[in-house]
Amino acid sequence: MFIGYFTERPYQDPKSGYFGATGKPIMDLSVSNEIYDAQLGANLYNRYLDEKIYAEEMGFDGLMLNEHHSTPFCMGGAMNVEASILARITNRAKIVLLGNIIPIWDDPLWLVEQLSMIDMISRGRLVSGWVRGTGRESVAHNVEPHYNWERFKEAHELIVKAWTTPGPFRWEGKHYHFRHVNPWVRPYQSPHPPIWLPGVVSRDSLMWAAEQRIPYIMLATEMEPTKQAFQLYHDTAEELGYESGPQNIGYLWKVHVDETEELAEQTGRKYVQGPSNPFLAGNEGTNNPALLQLPGLTSRRRVLPTQAVATAARGGGAGPAGVLGRPYEQQIADYTIISGTPKTVIPRIRHVLETIRPGSIFFWDGDGAMTHDDAMRSLRLMGQEVLPAVREIADELELPGPFEVDPATGKPYVAQVNGPAAVPEGATTADD
Amino acid sequence: MATGAQAWTEQLVEAAGVNLQLVKGGSGPPLIILHGELGHHGWLRCHQALSRDYTLYLPSHPGFGATERQDWIMNMRDMAGWYLEAIDDLDLSGANLMGFSLGGWLAAEMAAMSPDLFNKLVLVSPAGIKPPEGEIYDMFLVVAKEFLTAGFHDTSATPEFLEICPDEPDSELAEAWEVAREEACRLSWRPYMHYAGLPNLLHRLKRLPTKIVWGEDDAIVPVSASQVFHQSIPGSTLALLDNCGHHPHVEKADEFVAIVKDFLSS
Repeated sequence: MFIGYFTERPYQDPKSGYFGATGKPIMDLSVSNEIYDAQLGANLYNRYLDEKIYAEEMGFDGLMLNEHHSTPFCMGGAMNVEASILARITNRAKIVLLGNIIPIWDDPLWLVEQLSMIDMISRGRLVSGWVRGTGRESVAHNVEPHYNWERFKEAHELIVKAWTTPGPFRWEGKHYHFRHVNPWVRPYQSPHPPIWLPGVVSRDSLMWAAEQRIPYIMLATEMEPTKQAFQLYHDTAEELGYESGPQNIGYLWKVHVDETEELAEQTGRKYVQGPSNPFLAGNEGTNNPALLQLPGLTSRRRVLPTQAVATAARGGGAGPAGVLGRPYEQQIADYTIISGTPKTVIPRIRHVLETIRPGSIFFWDGDGAMTHDDAMRSLRLMGQEVLPAVREIADELELPGPFEVDPATGKPYVAQVNGPAAVPEGATTADD
Repeated sequence: MATGAQAWTEQLVEAAGVNLQLVKGGSGPPLIILHGELGHHGWLRCHQALSRDYTLYLPSHPGFGATERQDWIMNMRDMAGWYLEAIDDLDLSGANLMGFSLGGWLAAEMAAMSPDLFNKLVLVSPAGIKPPEGEIYDMFLVVAKEFLTAGFHDTSATPEFLEICPDEPDSELAEAWEVAREEACRLSWRPYMHYAGLPNLLHRLKRLPTKIVWGEDDAIVPVSASQVFHQSIPGSTLALLDNCGHHPHVEKADEFVAIVKDFLSS
């Protein structure tokens, strides 16, 4: 079992009014940055880095970052900057980027250089995920949504080739053109950092991950459709002639641990307060329906079961803008939020592991309106009580992570100490 | 699929390697009408009136309606180049050409590429040029219904508005809008709805009689762009309509038809 820690790093400003259950509504791309408080921003960036250091200290295997643009719910507009700092100030944990939004950059070679440097400085601790991004990302960096999937695949091929094929070479693709590819930094890991794929909606993306034999991580989706989506992965793997297992799938959801049940409930409710991600169920942000269906971004006919649920929950995809409807109580009831003391949290985590059988999990904590103290209390209790118990459960349920069993072959790795060779051999290449 | 009661037919015809959805009606010299960014809105009053004197050809561009998308068409100049061959294949050389909004931009590109192919040109609130004042309304940040509504100065004074934009669009119409938005996106995501070279290319229209029609209250393509079109096309004439938004042919149908007939028959 691979256990990671995640927070979306919201911009929390109690003075802005965009905060708390009675605050002003937050609509996608409608909040002007004129309210941005530099002192607060500086404090928050440093807070979130401090929490990552502590998460490593408390025994997490992975420190996960994500990236969004032009929105207060995620301050990681340049996630690779945070990852670069973690590469230097942490020592053991994997730095899991889920992920770089590769279709929105016109220069994927710059990503090649950034990610190779992070891998170098961290001495091979980078897990390099890709995402396609939401409509807001295509709008914020103004890249054709209708070419999102084509650009995703071409950028991936270019990046992997630049990581693995000695330069210089030329790249003349449909969307990218480079006359001289020869970056003067190569990845520390060989052949290159593992590539993972997180997702929530697109069937194309999930199938692609299965074809590439790389881990697919579902982000805060409801359990039953998540299970169905994972089954689709496993079925695809079988059709492709390899045996997938827990090592191929991961799940991120909201888990908060606290000292008393009262405190756990009080703090858990903060998940759905403040500038939380409006795209994920139960939060207070308001979707811009035009961004939900940016032309051609996701094939309208090739979505996962999770999207069918989300669309129904949101009162249909094409309706007027509305506040997402799943209240805290419902999320507690369906396990998409788990909040309690170690004693009550551990059996509920066990239920999730039994149901969807992931090899990687990520606890999403310290988000919404949660304070630094909220996050640190939870991290301490996770380290002291929850992580050891979850590892035992995972062993009992036979849920190996992607660093124990090779997702590409289903075979256990031969144990190695230190060094880049511990990386999954052939975890992915463009030609797989 | 013709029916006896209606003044127009709709069929799929082969043109430039594509099965083109084509609505055709009326009698007289040919007038090709190129639809805007949300596709063909149906046979409207203006079509009925114009069809008394002209044979109207209303194609759905590749990627709109039932005309299949062509992956290689990645911008408006590609689309214009394809259309010139389609006009060859449809034997419509010498036709009059008219375009609305995105279709106006398309018509301008086609005419600039091949001015001798057309008899006269009518550009109705065309996109294609960056307005010197104001910005072209971003259709991709709102849903289709909101975009359509913004295109009218006064929807309540426009009887046909609800035909084009019903309160509750059925699933077929909603799907047609989505399809249209996607192709419009392919043609115009960036630079948004314009091409920097177009004003210079339009100079080639000096021998092609051109009428530019614009609503004074156009909230989609600011009326300031009309001056750039007018100045870029030597000899062009400009008609500005009061109390009128982005769709003069719908919002001021009678006035619009009179302007067009007067121009085409002069």
